Amino acid sequence: MLYAKSGNALRLTSGDAQAVRAGLCAGMSLADARARFPHLIAVEQDSAADSGWLARLGQDCLGYTPQVTLLPPDAIGMDITGSAHLFGGELAMVDMVLDRFNDMGMTTRAACGITPEAAAALARYADWPMGDEAAAIRGLPLDALGLDDAARRGLQRAGLTSVGAVASRPMAAIAARFGMAAVDAIERLTGLERAPMTAIKPPAPLHFTRRFAEPVTHQSAIARSLLALLQDAACVLEKRGQGGRRFRLTLLRSDGARHRLDIATSAPTRDPALVLRLFDERIATLADPLDPGFGYDQMQLAIGAVEGLVSVQATFVGEEGAQDGGEQAIAELIDRLSTRLGPDCIQRLAPQDSHIPEQAQLALPASTNPAPLRWPAPPIGEPPLRPLFLFDPPQRIEVIAEVPDGPPHRFRWRRGLHEVRLYEGPERIAGEWWRRRGGEQAAKAGLTRDYYRIEDMRGRRFWLFRHGLYAEKPDPRWYLHGLFA
Amino acid sequence: MPMLHPTSPRHNHPLAQPPVVRADGLRCPLGVAAVDGVLRGGIARARIHEIYAANPDDASGAAGFAALLATRMVGKEEGRGKPLIWLRERRKLHSHGIIQAKGLAELCGAMPHDCLFVLADDTKALLRAGLDALRCDGFGAVVIEAEGRVTELDLTTSRRFALAAEQSGVTLLLLRIGTEPGPSAAETRWAAASAPSRAWPANAPGAATFDLTLLRQRSGPSGMSWRLEWDRDRGIFHEAALSGAVVSLSGDGSAADYHGAETEPITRQAA
Repeated sequence: MLYAKSGNALRLTSGDAQAVRAGLCAGMSLADARARFPHLIAVEQDSAADSGWLARLGQDCLGYTPQVTLLPPDAIGMDITGSAHLFGGELAMVDMVLDRFNDMGMTTRAACGITPEAAAALARYADWPMGDEAAAIRGLPLDALGLDDAARRGLQRAGLTSVGAVASRPMAAIAARFGMAAVDAIERLTGLERAPMTAIKPPAPLHFTRRFAEPVTHQSAIARSLLALLQDAACVLEKRGQGGRRFRLTLLRSDGARHRLDIATSAPTRDPALVLRLFDERIATLADPLDPGFGYDQMQLAIGAVEGLVSVQATFVGEEGAQDGGEQAIAELIDRLSTRLGPDCIQRLAPQDSHIPEQAQLALPASTNPAPLRWPAPPIGEPPLRPLFLFDPPQRIEVIAEVPDGPPHRFRWRRGLHEVRLYEGPERIAGEWWRRRGGEQAAKAGLTRDYYRIEDMRGRRFWLFRHGLYAEKPDPRWYLHGLFA
Repeated sequence: MPMLHPTSPRHNHPLAQPPVVRADGLRCPLGVAAVDGVLRGGIARARIHEIYAANPDDASGAAGFAALLATRMVGKEEGRGKPLIWLRERRKLHSHGIIQAKGLAELCGAMPHDCLFVLADDTKALLRAGLDALRCDGFGAVVIEAEGRVTELDLTTSRRFALAAEQSGVTLLLLRIGTEPGPSAAETRWAAASAPSRAWPANAPGAATFDLTLLRQRSGPSGMSWRLEWDRDRGIFHEAALSGAVVSLSGDGSAADYHGAETEPITRQAA
């Protein structure tokens, strides 16, 4: 149970399911509860922690919709107008949100309603999913109106027990007896009136601006100002314990032109020198260099993506940290080359689940894929079965085979004639019929490839294939697909 | 600076010197006593080693040899190997083929799993990226693949690479295809080509085998040829059984009449 001080007594505020089953309820004094259950575990309520947690959950919900409202102490409202279809409709979205919160170990109730108040009331007092929303609202108990005790008791004494019963009465009479608050509550529940929502703000990207009294044209002055901006940014980031992943520099020229420079890093950083070096690389790759014209009068630095980055103590050279130093040097090199050559130009190779040789690996940009990807270890005692270099597309060759279905005897590639000395094969790789339209029919399943490992008289090793069996195609063609070492 | 050219006067016969096979941290032995003896212990780390494709169509053989040297360099003996970075030109992908990670792993056996592959748009960018990579001490080896006559890769650039390699302790394997050797600051210069392998059962192509010629070695004997077979499971080279331990006579031997593309493969076996 949780308890809090209310008036001069310590009173229970909420409890878990076991406590509720045992007959404890909110509002009971802690002393009474202790008298009934001496082993009661009671903790003082920490409202600040609760609201902090609610705010964090609210930030988490920004993934579903940009309009998220906190309804303290224990509710979050989301305006899903226009975003529900992205998650498969209202029902699916509610299930998804509930699953997510349940995974976090929380007891959650959810509902969709025409107004935030209606949704909150339905979530608290009705069972999701309800078939007819209007009927469900009419059936809500008086508590759902959220009125003060006097008004609620007055309505009860008048014989009105549900929201529907109250709503069917003339509003003027309700207003005269129970105040405008009751009318507002009814109208908000039924959708006649909409209260404004205060949406929480997504965490703002960091902005740093420097304005110049006189337009600056000189390269070194620009570089100095940029360094100062980056140092400001580093101070702020260090206080937050964060590092930036994407930086954008906007240079505003005095005649209104603006130049944008974007860089990205593979790991969060706040080192001004490093970021400055990346901006230098970026400027060096521009097709037409930055033209300051009559000078820049403003510089803006925006940090678009931030991630947590803890401060680390620099290690002495030669200690165990030296290996990490190497890794950090590699990460910096990846950033530099990605900025200069483009992120697609520095790659790691990842295995793909496909039999088709040209689809068996995927080249991923190294800047966004830092994790090393494992390739299976080759079997012991086997020569290489896959080539070192693969041609995509395969190269057409002319082949003479002793028997039509047999291995090649000699072949011509790039105007050179190669006599086959050793061969192994065929290794038969069928087309991926399950990916083709109508592939279950033999005629549309795609051609089978028969691969041969070949070594010619001079010792060069090739990987050839015949595209199609003689049963599939009258005159199948031969291709050279790869080269072994 | 003494600049050895293939036609320059040779040293004494290599076998006249006692072979010293010693694996210290600075040199990486290949596993064949004859070769390691000539190399005074193995391939030197933190230096440039040039590997020329003996013929333009031996590009894959030379690349394979470079990959194997890199494997020996990055090593797995010291626990987790350092990564390898392989730089190529993007426009060569069509004519040379795409590097296959699986093929690389099957060729080399123990490959550092986080290899990086760089595709540069032109030769200048390639060399610049290569220099940056060489200055970064996190790598085990850097492979730069340069095809054709590369005017940017002159002696000055080569010296710069050599200095960078010495400072960072990273070995540069410079793979040259379809060109003739020029002046450079390389420690060793090799001509490499694929050689006929020892046949596997059922007449299948066997383990990777190379014909190698040591065209030049800084302050050491050169001009020898070997035929080496790669033993992937043990991670070392053997002398190929077919050819036996054959060391070509250097004198006016095969390395001297190296004229690039049109000639016969320079890694002929001495009769």
